[in-house]
Amino acid sequence: MEERDFDVIVVGAGCAGAVAAYVAAKQGKTTLLIDRGEYAGAKNMTGGRMYAHALKKVIAKYEGEDFDWENDNPFERKITHERLCLLDPQSAVTFDHSSDNLRKPTSDSYSVLATTLDQWLCDKAEEAGAELIFGIPVEELVKDESGAIIGIRAGEDTFTCHAVILAEGQNALLAERSLGVPRTKDNQMAVGIKEVFELDSKTIEDRFLCPEGEGAAMLFVGDCTHGVVGGGFLYTNKTSISLGLVATIKELSESDTTIYQAFDDFKKHPAVAPIIRGAKMVEHSGHMVAEGGYNSIPETCYDGCLIAGDAANLCMNLGYQVRGLDFATATGQFAAEAVCAAIDAEDVSKAGLASYKVAMDSSFVTQDMRTFKDWPSTMEHWESMFTDYPKMLGEIFDCLFVVDGKPQEHLVKRLMPIIKKRGLFKTGKEIMKAVKSL
Amino acid sequence: MKTLRPITCRVDELISVDKFAVDEENAHIELACDSLSELDAVEFGKLIRVCPAGLYREDENGERAFDYAGCLECGTCRIACADTIVKKWNQPSAFCGVSYRFG
Repeated sequence: MEERDFDVIVVGAGCAGAVAAYVAAKQGKTTLLIDRGEYAGAKNMTGGRMYAHALKKVIAKYEGEDFDWENDNPFERKITHERLCLLDPQSAVTFDHSSDNLRKPTSDSYSVLATTLDQWLCDKAEEAGAELIFGIPVEELVKDESGAIIGIRAGEDTFTCHAVILAEGQNALLAERSLGVPRTKDNQMAVGIKEVFELDSKTIEDRFLCPEGEGAAMLFVGDCTHGVVGGGFLYTNKTSISLGLVATIKELSESDTTIYQAFDDFKKHPAVAPIIRGAKMVEHSGHMVAEGGYNSIPETCYDGCLIAGDAANLCMNLGYQVRGLDFATATGQFAAEAVCAAIDAEDVSKAGLASYKVAMDSSFVTQDMRTFKDWPSTMEHWESMFTDYPKMLGEIFDCLFVVDGKPQEHLVKRLMPIIKKRGLFKTGKEIMKAVKSL
Repeated sequence: MKTLRPITCRVDELISVDKFAVDEENAHIELACDSLSELDAVEFGKLIRVCPAGLYREDENGERAFDYAGCLECGTCRIACADTIVKKWNQPSAFCGVSYRFG
């Protein structure tokens, strides 16, 4: 093969990119990892929680099964409490689930902060031998006369390579401008707004009823977005709380609220305000989240280039489960392994890199995205999920718990009017449709 | 497009806790015309609603404002309006823009 500056160049040092650089360097390839932030994670934001299975697999493969996770990890808290909250202006119904299965080393998940996570992953990539450049935005992917990608341009500098792994994140400018990937539509993309609140460890554990070192994740549906498709999220970190909102861009852009006002109202809701009471807000951030599911995944394989992570819209929001980091980790690994094999076989064409898709298709990445492919459109056309259902649940639970001394009727007599006024048949049909796509 | 409910949140105070290195020389976002009042009302209304840093604004007299300093670089305005009134959206130049400390 022709002489190049590097075997592999990875654009973007987020979760997908840092893992890709780590794997490529571990496989002995000369690797450049370049990111526009002035340090790892500086331009990155996550909700955030990582389901740890994918990271554990890649680390076990390249560091050994006996890797010391206890003393070497990028995690904040192990999530052992899962809460779902249906929010109405007048009520909040919260489910709290805790289970030993959430603690198992094969199905554990952790709250994370992007800067800590990315720094840890970048350290691993650097230890493996990758070269890291920070603070410089890549402006263009460089092509040869056939149109194959052979490098990157950043300002005055051009670096060549055998293959580029594009892990530039959700705002995928290079994919659009250099690879011709269609821009994600406003009904398939959401905007996330998040704040980090400092709070001491003990207060966090007390507020969320968690054992020492463990934490809670919480998702909110309903009034948090004032009826717009979306929801709220909360993750407990070691000494802070990540609290945020996500709303589909199209619906939000036609709604009666700004995202920051909706967030402000959410923070003041009686079910939310006590959580952050007395805590100091130390960061306000914004980030997009792909919400289009399987049908919004672009072509990921090109001559001399693969797309991994958020840049490929690999995110799944089921309302009760939000995933992206495990998809990023796995696709970073798969992309690097495909690139290394293609370089060894001296064929980095689209066909030569096709093992990337095979790896994706035979793993949870494509399979989970495909299983839940109908959920995004179900959600988009299900306004009552975000307005009336939380209210209905509030009314139902009021029937159980509100006592005013007047003689009561049997519970079923009190409940039926609540469901009947929404139409028994309509409600049942909506719920069945949702259950099928979940 | 629905009428906006009253905005009581002071978003400037929120983004003031973040760390920025503003590129004074070069605006990484540019709108279709310098005179904001000439921009399409519906499109500008979208930007007001979706920007998590509140960089696009309109006061009670209809006076509009936009400032790229304070941008969180999420790209939401690009997805909302790149086909209409967001004319240019590039990443800020080297070592410029927001630097998250938590993320």
